[in-house]
This record gives sequence, C-alpha cells and structure tokens, in this order.
Amino acid sequence: MRIDCKHVWEHISAYIDGEIDPVLRADIDKHLETCEICSAVLDSTRNVVVLIADDRVFDLPAGLSERLHKRLDEEMSAGPPRESLTE
Amino acid sequence: MSNHDPESEIESIRRILAGEKHLFHDLIRPCERPVFFMLMSILKNETEAEDAAQETFIKAYRNLHLFRGDAQFRTWVVSIARNEGLGRLRKLDNRREDSIDGGPPGSEEATGDFTPAILTSWREIPIETVEREELAALLREAIAALPEIYRNVVLLRDIEEMDIRQTAEALDISEGAVKVRLHRARALLQKSLAPKLKGFAPQRRGWFGRRA
Ligand SMILES: [Zn+2]
Repeated sequence: MRIDCKHVWEHISAYIDGEIDPVLRADIDKHLETCEICSAVLDSTRNVVVLIADDRVFDLPAGLSERLHKRLDEEMSAGPPRESLTE
Repeated sequence: MSNHDPESEIESIRRILAGEKHLFHDLIRPCERPVFFMLMSILKNETEAEDAAQETFIKAYRNLHLFRGDAQFRTWVVSIARNEGLGRLRKLDNRREDSIDGGPPGSEEATGDFTPAILTSWREIPIETVEREELAALLREAIAALPEIYRNVVLLRDIEEMDIRQTAEALDISEGAVKVRLHRARALLQKSLAPKLKGFAPQRRGWFGRRA
C-alpha cells in the first residue's frame, strides 16, 4: 500500500520503538526509500531520543545522594521498616 | 540502569524486612534519578524536589512490606514519588488564594500541533556531543518546555529507559496513553530541537577544505 508523509509521521514513535505491525513497517520502509523529508524527520527524531537518554543531560544535584542516604540511616536506626507502620 | 533482576530485588527486600536494613541503600540506588527528576518535573524546584525525594524513600522504607513483586521495585517507588509530588503541589495550590481553577495539574491533554519540523536531510549528532554544555542545556530546556503529561512520559520512557508497561504503572495510566503521549512528546521535541541542533553536527569538509 502507498502511504503519504502524514501517515508516516503518525507512526514514527512506534517505528523507533519497533512496536509496529510488520506490514505497516514495510510500507513505511518503502516510503522512506524515496522520501527524503520523512527520512530526515525519522533520523532527527531518533537522534533526539538517543541524545536525551544520555546521563550527562540530567545530572543529580551534587551531594543529593549522600544527603539522602544519611537521612535514611537516621530513619533506619529508628527501627526495622515494619515497626514504623502505624504512621 | 534499566537492568534489574526481579528475583534478587525480592530477595533483598525479604532480607531487609528480616532485619538487614543496610541493604535498602543499594536497593534504591537505581531509583534515585527517576524519583528526583519526576519530582522536579512536578514541583519545579530543586530544594522542594530533594526534600520530597527523601520523603519518598522514607515512605518506601516504611511501607516496604506492602511492595508486591508483581511490579518492578523502581516502578513502585516512582509512583510513590509521583503521589508525594502531587500531594505537595495540592498543598501549595490551596495556600495560593488566587489559584486559577484549571483542574489537577498535568491532567490536561494538550491539544496542539504535533507535526514535525520539516527537514530534507539530517546529519547525525554523535552522542559525545552531549559533553558540550550548550547542547545539554538545549535538551534540558526543550524537555522542561513540554506539557507535564508529556514530560513525565519522556522522563521515564526515554530518559530513564523504563519500558512502556513500567511507565504506565508508574504514572497510573494505560499503555495506550503512554504510547500516544510518548509519540506527541517526541514530535514536540523534534519540532523544537531539530532546527537548533543542526549546528552541532560534525562539520563536513567541502572542496579545498572549506566547510560544506
Ligand atoms: Zn514522506
């Protein structure tokens, strides 16, 4: 089946995740062979998804983890988890 | 970070409940990022988010016996964080007398234009480029600018790399809703970022060493 660009855009996210019906995938692949716009849209979307996943983009604030575990130590020294259930 | 062995998770929870409390420290390490960033997404304030994160882990510790092995531990903790964040937000809103009635925060399914930025070519930006603070800042800004319901899905699915089912459980929405929101979020990110990111692609050399 021939599909148009708009149709391709609707499925880009599922296409990237591989969560797409094989027939539709084949139709999209065929469209991508000749459509430079959809190819660029797909490549740029995939590139963005890869970039934002990098741990360096979002970093925990300095010392957050240490402060958290220190607070937990205080909590734990108050007793095992079950004992504080009544709160 | 996305690899958790459910068997060993359950085993360490059993041991914590039996008295080996210190194991809780290691159990929660993979949860720290998603918990904090979920709370940042909801509360938009670093101090408040850190405080809420501590509260989240204390609640998780106190209620550990309620954890059921049918969900991943991290998913369970993130949903505690989300409730903690929304609860604090409600308190803040009640205190603000002029609060405009717009329904619960983040509930609106934004209608909008989800067509992508139209390009005719794309040169891959390699992952190492994230070392450049200007690029990382652009990515953070674009994510911060997303409507909350889309940002939360991107955060769990694309940034913390949870799968669709875990994302749905943590946010208490259907898997179908995760897919729709993820699709829209990615489209919005592509639209806002693609034009700005082009300049970060490695330069190709043209004739006589000029930039192509
Ligand atoms: Zn096309």
